[in-house]
Order: sequence, then C-alpha cells, then structure tokens
Amino acid sequence: MEHNIQDIILNVESLNTYYGKAQILFDLALHVYCGEVVVLLGRNGAGKTTVLKSIMGMISSKSGRVFFKGKSIDKLPPYKCCALGLGYVPQDRRIFKGLTVLENLEVGRQPPSEGYGEWTPARLLELFPNLAERRNHLAGMLSGGEQQMLTIARTLMGNPELIILDEPTEGLAPVIVNHLLTTIQRLKSEGISILMAEQNLNFARSISDRACIVYQGQIRYQSPIAELSQAAYEKYCAL
Amino acid sequence: MPKLEKGILLGFYFVQFLTGLSDASALFLVACGLSLIFGVLRIVNLAHGSFYMVGAYLAYYLIANFPQGAFFFWAGILLAALTVGTIGIVIETLLLRRLYYAPELFILFATFGIVLIFQDLSRWFFGAEDILGQQAPGLAGSIDIMGVLLPQYDVVLIVIAPLILVGLWFFLYRTRWGILVRAATEDREMSDALGVNQSRLFTGVFFLGSCLAGLGGAIQLPKGGANLLMDLNIIAAAFVVVVVGGMGSIPGAYLAAVIIGELSAFGVLIFPQSTLVLMFLLMAVVLVMRPHGLLGNAEPEVQGAAKMSTATLKPASKKLKLLGLALLILLFMMPVFVGSFGLVLMTEIALFALASMSLYFIMGPGGMVSFGHAAFFGGGAYAAALTVHYMQTPMELAILLAPLLVGLVALIIGWFCVRLSGVYLAMLTLACAQICWSIVFQWGKFTGGDDGILGIWPSAWASDKTVFYYLTLILCIGGIMALRHFIFAPFGYTLRACRDSSLRVDSIGINRHRHQWFAFTLAGTFAGFAGGIYVFSKGNVFPDVMAIPRSFDFLFMILLGGIETLFGPIAGSAAFTWLHDQIARIDYWQLILGCIFILLVIAFPDGIAGSIHTRLGRYFED
Ligand SMILES: Nc1ncnc2c1ncn2[C@@H]1O[C@H](COP(=O)(O)OP(=O)(O)OP(=O)(O)O)[C@@H](O)[C@H]1O
Ligand SMILES: [Mg+2]
Repeated sequence: MEHNIQDIILNVESLNTYYGKAQILFDLALHVYCGEVVVLLGRNGAGKTTVLKSIMGMISSKSGRVFFKGKSIDKLPPYKCCALGLGYVPQDRRIFKGLTVLENLEVGRQPPSEGYGEWTPARLLELFPNLAERRNHLAGMLSGGEQQMLTIARTLMGNPELIILDEPTEGLAPVIVNHLLTTIQRLKSEGISILMAEQNLNFARSISDRACIVYQGQIRYQSPIAELSQAAYEKYCAL
Repeated sequence: MPKLEKGILLGFYFVQFLTGLSDASALFLVACGLSLIFGVLRIVNLAHGSFYMVGAYLAYYLIANFPQGAFFFWAGILLAALTVGTIGIVIETLLLRRLYYAPELFILFATFGIVLIFQDLSRWFFGAEDILGQQAPGLAGSIDIMGVLLPQYDVVLIVIAPLILVGLWFFLYRTRWGILVRAATEDREMSDALGVNQSRLFTGVFFLGSCLAGLGGAIQLPKGGANLLMDLNIIAAAFVVVVVGGMGSIPGAYLAAVIIGELSAFGVLIFPQSTLVLMFLLMAVVLVMRPHGLLGNAEPEVQGAAKMSTATLKPASKKLKLLGLALLILLFMMPVFVGSFGLVLMTEIALFALASMSLYFIMGPGGMVSFGHAAFFGGGAYAAALTVHYMQTPMELAILLAPLLVGLVALIIGWFCVRLSGVYLAMLTLACAQICWSIVFQWGKFTGGDDGILGIWPSAWASDKTVFYYLTLILCIGGIMALRHFIFAPFGYTLRACRDSSLRVDSIGINRHRHQWFAFTLAGTFAGFAGGIYVFSKGNVFPDVMAIPRSFDFLFMILLGGIETLFGPIAGSAAFTWLHDQIARIDYWQLILGCIFILLVIAFPDGIAGSIHTRLGRYFED
C-alpha cells in the first residue's frame, strides 16, 4: 500500500515519558496512516502500554508532540482526545463491573449531546451476539471473553476514527481470539484505523499492515508485517 | 413512666417510632450527600456539616424575609438548599480542584479549614445566639395517633427522606448522569478515557451533595432550629451513619439513619443520657459483625489516609543529637530569658509537643490517622480535674491517675478503631471523640458542662511558674523519649511493618490488630498524661479541650512540623502555639486559622521540619 504524508491520522514525535524519576520512553516516534492497522510488538515491560497511554493523554509526557488528524493533542486530557475521535481499549479491560452491559455502553456514548453516531447499541449487540443475550446483566458477571467484547463495544460507542487496542488477545481462549480477529477485520473494513499492542505474533500477522517493535522505550525496528524480519523479532521480542 | 392505658401505651410507642423516623431524615440527607461525594471525588468532606448548618441559617433568613405563606416557606427551604449547592460549586472549583492529586490527609485538612471559616462566618452573619426555626405554615398543629399527639411537621420529615431516596435511586439508575456517576465511582480514569469530562462530573456531584446537606439543614429548621454547634454534631453523626450503613451505599445510609433515629427516640425513654452511648454500642456491634457496614461492599479500595507517610525513620545522627542537646540546654535556661508570660507559653508548647508526638506515634509509624486525639488529651485533663474536684486527690496522684484512666478509654475506643483503616478509621475516631465530647458537654451535673471545672491548681511546691515549667519540661521530655524509644524498639519496627504490608505481616503470624491496638492505647495514654498536666497549668478545664477543633490542632501541629521527621511534631507544636497566641486575641481568629490551614496545604506540604530537612538535612549526616 502506498501512502501520502497527508494521509497520516496519528503522528507521534520524540515522546519522552517518565514514571516519577524513571524515564520509560526515549524520543519515541511513530505514525499511523488512515485505515491502517499498526501493531506494537515488544517484550513485557518494553513500554507498549506507556506509549498508548501517553498518546491518549492518560500519562502526561515530559516532552514530545502528538498530532491526531493534524491537530496537536499532546496537552489534551483523555476525554478531549476521545471527543476528537480517539478510542482507547485498555489492557486490563476495566469494564464497570457494577453497571449493566447496556449501561457500560452508555458511558462510552459520544458525542453525548447529539444522540447516537454510527455505532448504536443495537448495531453493537448485533456485532457481539453474546452481549446481546446479557444486555441487562451486570458486567461483572460476564466471562473474560465477553468482557473483552464489551470493552471494545464500549469504546466503539464513541465512534472513534482510530482505536488504540492494548493487548486485546491477552488471556483469551483461541475460539474467542478468532472471533476477535473477524471483529477487528470488520472494523478495519469500515475504515477505522487501529494502533494495537500485541504479543501474540500470529494474531498480529493475520490482522496488521505494519509492525513496530518497541524495545527499551524506543521503536527499534519497523516494517510491513509481511516483511517482518525473524532476526529482529528474536532480537527484540524473544524472552 | 406513668401508668397508661394499654391503647395509649401502644400509641405512645408508635408515636415514638415515628419521631425516630422523622429525626432520621436530616441525618440521612447529610450522610448520603457525604457518601456520593466520597464515591466520586474520593474526598471525605468535613465541611459537609458546615453546609448543613449554613442551610439551616439561610433557610431561616430567607423565610423571615419572604412574605408569609406556605409557598414562600417551601421556596425559602429550596432556595437555601440551592444556595448551599452553589457555595459547594465555588469551593470545589476554587479550592478542592487544586488538591485532587494531593495526599488524602491534605484534602481533609483543607476541608477542615473550610469548617473553621464557616464557623466564624456564620457567627459573623447570623450571630452566636441559637435560633428557633419558623413553623411551617399549615403544619404547625399536631395529629392524634391513638390518643397521642405527633407534630404534623414530623410527618413531612418522615415522608421526605424516602422520597429523596427514591429520587436518588432514579437519578443514579435511570439517567445518563447517574450512570456516569456510578461509572466514575468505579473507575475515574477509565471513564475519562471514554470521553466523560471528570471536572464537570465532580462539580456536578459536589453540587448535588452540598444541596442535600443544605436541604437537610433547612428541613429540620422548624424542629431543631439553628445553632453554631450543628456542624460538628451532624458530621460526627453522619460519619457514624456511613460507618454503620456502609460507605457508598445510599440505602445503607437510610437504614443506618433510621436505626440511629430510632435508637435515640427509644433510648431517651430508658435512660435519658444514654443515647450517645447507644450510638457507640450500635457502631461496636455493626463493626464486629460486618466490618464494612450493613450494606457496604466487602472491600473498600480507599485506604489513602493510611498511606500518608512511608518514610523510614532513622535514629538521629550524632550531629543532630548534639543539636538536640543544645536545644535542651536552651530550654532549661529559658526562665532566665523570658518572663512569666513567656514561661506559661513554653509550658503549653511542651505539653502540646508531647500530645502531638503521641498522635504522631500512631499516625506516622502506626499508619493510623486519628481525627479524635483531643478526646484523650482532654480526657486526661478531665480525669485529673474530676479526681481533684470530687476526691481532693493531690496533684501528683492526679497526674498519675489521668493517663491510666484515659488509657482505659483508649483501650476501648482502640479496639474498634484498629478494625478499620484509612479514611474509615479516621471517621470512626472523629465520631468517638465527638461522642466523648458530647458526654462531657451534656452531663453537666457531673462535669460542669459548658461551665467547666474551675480551681484545679498545682500543689504548693509547684505553684511557682518556673517550678511548674521545669516539672512540665521534665515530664514531657520523658514522655517524648519514651515514645521515641517505642518507635525504635522492635515493637516500632513491627508497627511499621503492619502499616506498610499488612498482608505479609499477617502471613508471618504477627497479630496486626493487637500491635495496632496496643499502639493506639499507648498513644492515648501519653496524650492523657499531657492533658493531666495541662489542667494544672491552666487551673481549669472546659469541654473545648476535647472538641474536634482541638483534635485538628494536633494534626495541624504535625503537618506544620512535617510528617516525615520525628522532630516535626515538636517544631510544629512550638510554631502552632506561638501562632495561636498571636491570633487568638483577634475576633474571628478561627477564620484566619482556617485560611492558614488551606494555605499551608496548598503551598507548603512538607511542613517546617520537613522543609528544613530537605534543605539542610545533608549537613547533619554522620
Ligand atoms: N505506574 C507505574 N509506575 C512506575 N513504573 C511503571 C508503571 N507502569 C509501568 N511501569 C514500568 O514502565 C515500564 C513499561 O511498562 P509498560 O506497562 O508500558 O510495558 P508493556 O510493554 O505494556 O508491558 P506488558 O506487555 O507487560 O503490558 C516497565 O518497566 C514497568 O515496570
Ligand atoms: Mg502493557
């Protein structure tokens, strides 16, 4: 696929992020084209989650710029990033356990004032039939797989143009992973761009266009997924 | 009770039951506002009682200045509630918003500053006299229930609370805002990432909670009027409700408020002075059976207040010890430099230093923040005063007896308190202290009530100010050294282990509760010791010494001095006592003190000793 510069939906430049005094990200740079699926590979603790949270404004980075659709978002709080069309699906799912499935979706609804956008609860329940059966159950009662579906559905309620997915397959059974694969393909076909952290290489291969390897807080390697070099992968990602 | 016919007796009990229900209303409104705010903002808003008080005063003045009639009466009540809500918005946006990332204890302190400010503002605007509320037009009469009369207005109160309960339920479970509030209660960061503007949500919830408190104050006006003691009385009761009902549970708050209302309604019949003790017993039973309250969730996540200090205390270096010695010599030479007025001040500083050190002992190494330490300090003062007053005990014996008696009280209170942690523990200590204060305040026949106990003077040999200064100095230094000894003894290390990793301590077979219980009792005993001496330095004792503001004075001394060093409480006591002496002669000094509290929390979070330590500490290492 050939891309023009103006097709970049997300552009991250020289990001430096700290937890307290410990620097986690070092001049990290990254970009995502419109409609592209980019996967961040990397070991545990490499800094994938930190990259995603920094983009979303959930951690304030010390320096660096983040542009989304050409707008600078590096100083914006998460809810404003969300309003601009960024969707965030956290690693540990973080569904609201005391709320029902439908109420969880309601929290994600954006823009809140103008009724529903493209994604409505009805459409989402069609996409995730398991959730439809349990729409009035407390989310805390759902299985792990169902919770993962719910957290994606909840983010879709905000009609994002780019979704940040943090290790969506973590802890899921193979069947569910397949279901997730078709779901994400469907999202991609609707034109949604995706930036995803993932450790499951097979999953990453079957869904993404391009891979970036995070190592010690920097992107050390990137290539189209088909050309991902085994050597680089083993060097930076193998345990 | 007079012999009554059976029918009337039944009616009497029924009416008493209804009275209990009506008493529960205002309490419920305050407690559920408190719960809502805590759930979303994670702030225990001590100023909530002030909102309640202001609601009552405002309603009085609005109604008094409106035309007569039922419409204007209720309009006045509603307007008072909304005004209080607006005050809440102002406080949230101007002050609390700056503090959301500060340690929880600091936020609590700021809200206590607001309590002080509102105390004085209310006195200024509304006067110190108790105010009798207006009667609700058309509801001034009584209704006859099986031959017994019940004020009509009580019926209104009985109906209001369940209506609000249902209204809140509808709000929380059937509106988008309610869903967002519940989501934010569970996970603020996530709901932020889903596009919910947290600041706006916080402000909204604070508005709602403040309105409820204001409404509570306003609706009880015809029954209870308005006075300047309302704020701390209701906040203590609301804390009991929250502890009993379960934090965050609004039905729990209603249930607990009703139980407490009924308990006082029927308790009065059995033993008029017993209602407060009954409240205490209720709390005891609930805490033993269900530590998280009747309808509370099993594991409350917030333990923030306990995490205020994790510094590893080190014994002082040689250089610091030398410095301490120099300071001691200076203290002993003080009578040469200062006059008798200065000596009185120095005596007070020494006593407060011991008291705040004892509080620091459970707060720092113990990890248990107490908002009621004045109960022990004042308890010691009263114990000494009462033994002198009733048994003519000599001073020497009274000073020995006071800590023992207070230690016993601390043993009882501590048994409950160590079952909780963090904010819950703090709330419980505050409630217990307010109960102790109320007993002293209300039991006038025994304690002299508001008039205090006068004429408690030292023995003849110690009556000279200089001699008494030396006596105090030696006893206080002894006390402080004893506490220091406990901190650096194995017991102190175990205590810090209990604070820092309760799970691991449990797993290696240390009885955590027992250690904390012992520490709590010890701290109470030493505070009582200081209090026992204090009463002889003053010659009299009033209920103020054990009131909540005094507890906060001690906390303030620690914060002022800095929470990370052992010397902090001592420096803080000196600074505070001096400061207090400077401003106490000004009218409305509480207003000033409140502002200082808030300023300190915002601008100077390390405290005096802490700041000196970070700047100059390296020069004093070995
Ligand atoms: N809240 C925190 N405070 C301090 N350090 C943190 C915090 N969160 C993460 N870290 C550290 O930052 C580094 C990067 O963490 P991050 O969570 O971004 O890694 P990750 O690549 O997402 O790992 P994983 O695959 O396990 O999710 C790690 O070394 C981690 O220990
Ligand atoms: Mg991660």
